[in-house]
Amino acid sequence: MRLTQVQCGYLPLVDCAPLIIAKELKFAAQEGLDLTLVKQPSWSALRDMLALGHIDFAHMLAPMPVAMSLGLGAMPSRIDALMVLSINGTVTGVSAELDQKMRACGWVNQFNTPRETSKALFAAAPQVLRIGVPFPFSMHRMLLETWLSQDPEFSPDRIKIVTIPPAKMAEAVKNGALDMFCVGEPWGTVAVQQSGATLVLPGASIWEFAPEKVLGARHNWAEQNPKQCHAMIRAIYKATNWLERPENTALAVEILARSQHLDLPDHAIDPALSRQIVTKSGEPPKQVDQFLSFHKSAANFPWRSQASWISDRLAKWHGLERDAARITARASFRSDIYREALSPLGVDMPKTSEKVEGTMAAPTMVASTLGEMILGPDRFFNGAVFDSGMSRAPKW
Amino acid sequence: MWSLRLNPDYRMGVHTDLNILVVELDQAKAREIIAALTDGGWNNVTVIAAASALERTVTQQDPDIILIDLANPDRDTLEHLSSVSNAHKRPVAMFVDHTDEAMTQAAISAGLSAYVVNGLQKDRIKPVLETAIARFKMVTKMQSELDAAKQALADRKTIDRAKGLLIRARDISEDEAYNLLRKTAMDQGRKVIDVALALVTAAELLQ
Repeated sequence: MRLTQVQCGYLPLVDCAPLIIAKELKFAAQEGLDLTLVKQPSWSALRDMLALGHIDFAHMLAPMPVAMSLGLGAMPSRIDALMVLSINGTVTGVSAELDQKMRACGWVNQFNTPRETSKALFAAAPQVLRIGVPFPFSMHRMLLETWLSQDPEFSPDRIKIVTIPPAKMAEAVKNGALDMFCVGEPWGTVAVQQSGATLVLPGASIWEFAPEKVLGARHNWAEQNPKQCHAMIRAIYKATNWLERPENTALAVEILARSQHLDLPDHAIDPALSRQIVTKSGEPPKQVDQFLSFHKSAANFPWRSQASWISDRLAKWHGLERDAARITARASFRSDIYREALSPLGVDMPKTSEKVEGTMAAPTMVASTLGEMILGPDRFFNGAVFDSGMSRAPKW
Repeated sequence: MWSLRLNPDYRMGVHTDLNILVVELDQAKAREIIAALTDGGWNNVTVIAAASALERTVTQQDPDIILIDLANPDRDTLEHLSSVSNAHKRPVAMFVDHTDEAMTQAAISAGLSAYVVNGLQKDRIKPVLETAIARFKMVTKMQSELDAAKQALADRKTIDRAKGLLIRARDISEDEAYNLLRKTAMDQGRKVIDVALALVTAAELLQ
């Protein structure tokens, strides 16, 4: 079979694993794709390359396609999210100095106590808490604001969000430019190892099922190239299925460390994939089951309710009309293409493409084509429930 | 194909009022860009190397245009400055002008990003960008040629060492040694340099 060439841009982070596995274990080739992975120096560069058609697909922060479709940022363009590549995986950390002050307030780092942690933060922090995130349109920033804004001591002028490239986060914490950061692996682990930073909260403790990265493509290109889109979705679906099996973790770390795509050592990749996170240098790792996942609980399904949740934050930040923004956002999460791609493989599909976010405290059976779908948990730390009102009453 | 068209007027210093900020780590590259811009009649050019200075400089200098290497990860910081416009009264606004696709494409393929302050007229941006793009293309080409030359030289050394190992171990001629490397590479679907590297590494381990 003659392979079709496709190019996919990515940033060297642990959560681009599905792309590397799809290529290296030949899941892409099996689907007829000659997949080239194109490393990008920044999210802005990746966005421009995708919008201008220099690459076909991109590993994107989940809010990016929504923001671009809404005309926000420097390169407005109609971009679709074809599938979710990973759930959770961000981590928040503080500088050694702030960690010490928080402990002095009686705080104990259990790595899963958002309320106690934000209380200690505001008690110990300087008047303005400088927080680094990797990109303005990122789940990192959305989760941070979801979390911190619930604290009784919060006011908008107590935090200052700064954008710093992930690889420079550790340095910025060390030289005192930041008090705190939220970043994807391996850069949280690197900050612990190199800057004496302390990790205080995994993103999963703020929202148990946050879509972190998605597979982006230009809307028009996707419409004109359904075959490539379907093949790519199938290849990545198989790769995430492989990645999620615990017996494959060690091999996955090895493949990621050896491939030229990441340029990261195995000890930087291992914590996120094995979900064993060292929060402070010299301390034993903490097990965080929901730290990062690629496949289970229909992780790859691009829920339109996820798009609505993202669009509500963007609408608030940029003063857009909420309902109009939601319509654009929902249309950019292509659950229709995802269904078309995977139905021929007999993959179980949910009956609706919307769900009420934040209602499941435990794995829960939901209505699906094969009747085997289990979703959740997906709670927000404060018990919030997000109902975009567009779903018919779910039957579960 | 996009081509450089410099209006002779630009050489007469009529554009000196534009405040241009160049973000470039590499000093030699930065000098090239400044030289090109100065030749074009823009004298108000500032260069910074570090990202840490970026936000402060943008606020203080109030530039009209910011030029930054596409490969520079600090672009995301600029992106942020433009997205939180209410926090900074009048920040950078857009990547070139996305409505001018040819210009955007030209900048991207030259490896250059530009952020243009809101309200600046397109006809004033264009010549600056054209000059910068032309110089960027040249510098980038030189850089990649230099990198390629360095790599070729390093590869040559490795291959020579591998040949030397084979010559000693199997008592064969230099040509035979090279042919052996090449045949092995072809049989295994690898590059000659990869086979040579494996051999050199193995020999070092065995010593």
